[in-house]
Amino acid sequence: MSLLSLNDIHVSYGSVEVLHGINLHVDEGEIVTILGANGAGKSTTLLTISGLVRPGSGEIVFDGKPLLRMKSHEVVGLGIAQSPEGRRVFGPMTVLENLRLGAFCIRDKSRGENNLEWIFDLFPRLKERHNQLAGTLSGGEQQMLAIGRALMAEPRLLLLDEPSLGLAPLLVRSIFETVKEINKRGVTVLLVEQNARAALKLANRGYVLEVGNVAMEDSAESLLANAKVREAYLGG
Amino acid sequence: MEQFIQQLINGLAVGGIYALVALGYTMVYGVLKLINFAHGDLFTIGAYLGLTLLVSSNLAGLLTPVGAAIAVFIMVSLFVALIGWILERAAYRPLRNANRLSAVVSALGASIFFENAIMLIYGARVYVYPEFMRPDFSIPLLGINVPFMRLLIIAASVILMVCLWLFIQRTRMGASIRAVAIDQAASRLMGINVDRVISLVFLIGPGLGGAAGLMVGIYYGQIDFTMGWTYGLKAFTAAILGGIGNIPGAMLGGFLLGVTEALAAGYIAMAWKDAVAFLVLIIILIIRPTGILGERTADKL
Repeated sequence: MSLLSLNDIHVSYGSVEVLHGINLHVDEGEIVTILGANGAGKSTTLLTISGLVRPGSGEIVFDGKPLLRMKSHEVVGLGIAQSPEGRRVFGPMTVLENLRLGAFCIRDKSRGENNLEWIFDLFPRLKERHNQLAGTLSGGEQQMLAIGRALMAEPRLLLLDEPSLGLAPLLVRSIFETVKEINKRGVTVLLVEQNARAALKLANRGYVLEVGNVAMEDSAESLLANAKVREAYLGG
Repeated sequence: MEQFIQQLINGLAVGGIYALVALGYTMVYGVLKLINFAHGDLFTIGAYLGLTLLVSSNLAGLLTPVGAAIAVFIMVSLFVALIGWILERAAYRPLRNANRLSAVVSALGASIFFENAIMLIYGARVYVYPEFMRPDFSIPLLGINVPFMRLLIIAASVILMVCLWLFIQRTRMGASIRAVAIDQAASRLMGINVDRVISLVFLIGPGLGGAAGLMVGIYYGQIDFTMGWTYGLKAFTAAILGGIGNIPGAMLGGFLLGVTEALAAGYIAMAWKDAVAFLVLIIILIIRPTGILGERTADKL
């Protein structure tokens, strides 16, 4: 059984339907990527899983439990954390305060401190800057903070929305290396990306979204080799 | 010099009260981007409730005047906090996803409701706080005699503000209030129950406002059912002055407004104090449209 499955999810903003019946699943331990152009519905899919957007119809099941009637904070409590599009760090708060907020649903303080140590191991830069205001960090550091903050919740499933956005290629590589490491520690990853090549190299499987529909679904190697994918998303 | 210090202390006492009420406006604005127009009336409820408790419960007979004051203080804060919580549930939460204007109209409606409810329950006349609650002695300070009451008011407001500041800065719940004020959607992704944070803000703000109402009753001795309008407007001004949505800003704005008023009353004329206070507001908003400590623009009502 899949860790997460979306069945026939329809989402509308006002009277405009943006997801026309999405089906996808993520198995425990996988890295799965969702590719697609701007406006294909990638971020909407992640927001729907996190409960920030309510679907008109369909079903989301995580670890055997239906998610649709749940509030966002309950979804986090079940083990789904998200690093959202545009990072959305709390700019006027320090790096440490941001990370502690990530562990908001974890009552046990010593567990929170352990997680913090792990995050500082993954991102030594955050440790150096722990007292700095998040808004003054560079884009790459903010991305590390957004990922670290999500990990503080001890998720079983980590949703990453465009972690490479606006970052230099070298930094993208290092962030993706870290994602791999996070996955090795047993965290399942669902990654939304525009940087299709890097995402497919990292992922086990991928979905291609086109204007609110799943257009393709395959293993990452097959998608990398697929002529249509190469033409549309990998620059030929 | 003597007059200056005298007026300064006057100003700090009134300013502390403004600041306590301003905190309620600014915290609600922080999390909901809504001006809670009924906040001034919650302050009035605090003043009336304090009077009722002092006169009818015979607390003063059971405890010393200081003990009675503290007990009433706590009861009033808790009760007004509860009314604030109900207000949010009844008047604002159902409109959370409606357009802004609906919430503003609902706030105005709640204000009218409270003001009339107080008038119907207590009548439209002015009420006077009992004498025994108002210690009448002065203590020498900096070469002048300062009424003890005034120092007490300043001390009480400062203590409440320090407690609030520590709560907001040092605790997990406080951090969640700050987070919701910065970015509500991101807060939800952290596992923060935003509805609960908003409820908490509607407990804290009205609790402080109710305490301020009681302080006005004890300090001036006179209360009436429209006092929420005057004080509410001043406190709202203080919140804008400091930068709406900004907690230290509300504290600073309150004291600044109180002192400005007191100095204007002392050196120009009593009748000019409001004019001078609002002149200062206008000048500061021209120089810094976001208020003294504000970062975000206060252009949305």
